Amino acid sequence: MGFALSKVPGGVCQVRVEGQLIVGNRQELKSVVQEAVDRGERKFLIDFSQTGYIDSSGLGALVSLSKKVREQGGELRLAGLNEDLRSLFELTKLDTLFAIADTPEQALAGF
Amino acid sequence: MPDFELGPAALRLCVRRTPVPGPGGSFVEVSLRVPSDVGCVEEVVDLVDRHCCQGQCIASRRFRFNLRVAVAEALANAIIAGNGEDHSKVVLVHAELKDDVVLLSVTDEGPGFDVSALPPEPDLPDLEQSNGRGLFLIRHLVDDFYFNPQGNSICMTLRRH
Repeated sequence: MGFALSKVPGGVCQVRVEGQLIVGNRQELKSVVQEAVDRGERKFLIDFSQTGYIDSSGLGALVSLSKKVREQGGELRLAGLNEDLRSLFELTKLDTLFAIADTPEQALAGF
Repeated sequence: MPDFELGPAALRLCVRRTPVPGPGGSFVEVSLRVPSDVGCVEEVVDLVDRHCCQGQCIASRRFRFNLRVAVAEALANAIIAGNGEDHSKVVLVHAELKDDVVLLSVTDEGPGFDVSALPPEPDLPDLEQSNGRGLFLIRHLVDDFYFNPQGNSICMTLRRH
């Protein structure tokens, strides 16, 4: 469980959400990304391939992070959402706010 | 709504699983006392999910997903908005597990809120807003829900479709 950040080719910071993204750990994700932004990173890919569920706090954390990254001239993309997770983004219309790719590889290809 | 006696905060999660005979066949009741700590939410969701989906009970993938998100939402609301993350208070989770339906209630020790002020159709916040989606999600993920008149307890119905 947790958030594993790695730098992948293309200068993208890939963060794997292993487990859930919910009220109890959203702050940890925000800290991981914010620290990378403070180090000068500008491209982020949040990978949900290993994620079970997300609650509204988790969605809110992503909205907040996306805004911060954009304010620094960067971009935050999402990938690897299963059918259930994708339905949450569609239900809340957040699929219109984020660039969402089916796989991390597809998201990285267009960065 | 369950008739709980609210007491001092439990140090550990405690589950009580009781078979209850009923006119439509027996069902199982599960009760948990949860500390007012958002760090407990994932563990409680896992417990509720496990109890709701064990044995011969039918539980589709979508049912389990909706159940987990709805319980996480209700718990977060009870711990943060209801109990103000006061660790001396607890949240009580009660579930009636039946063959075709799960009835879940989440009760906090807070003062509640004006239930009559709730909009019949919770709106989505602006896309850039980081909060305000909790009740909207519950409304769309469960088959039915209501608050008690005091506003400190939510009861949710999820059918096993």
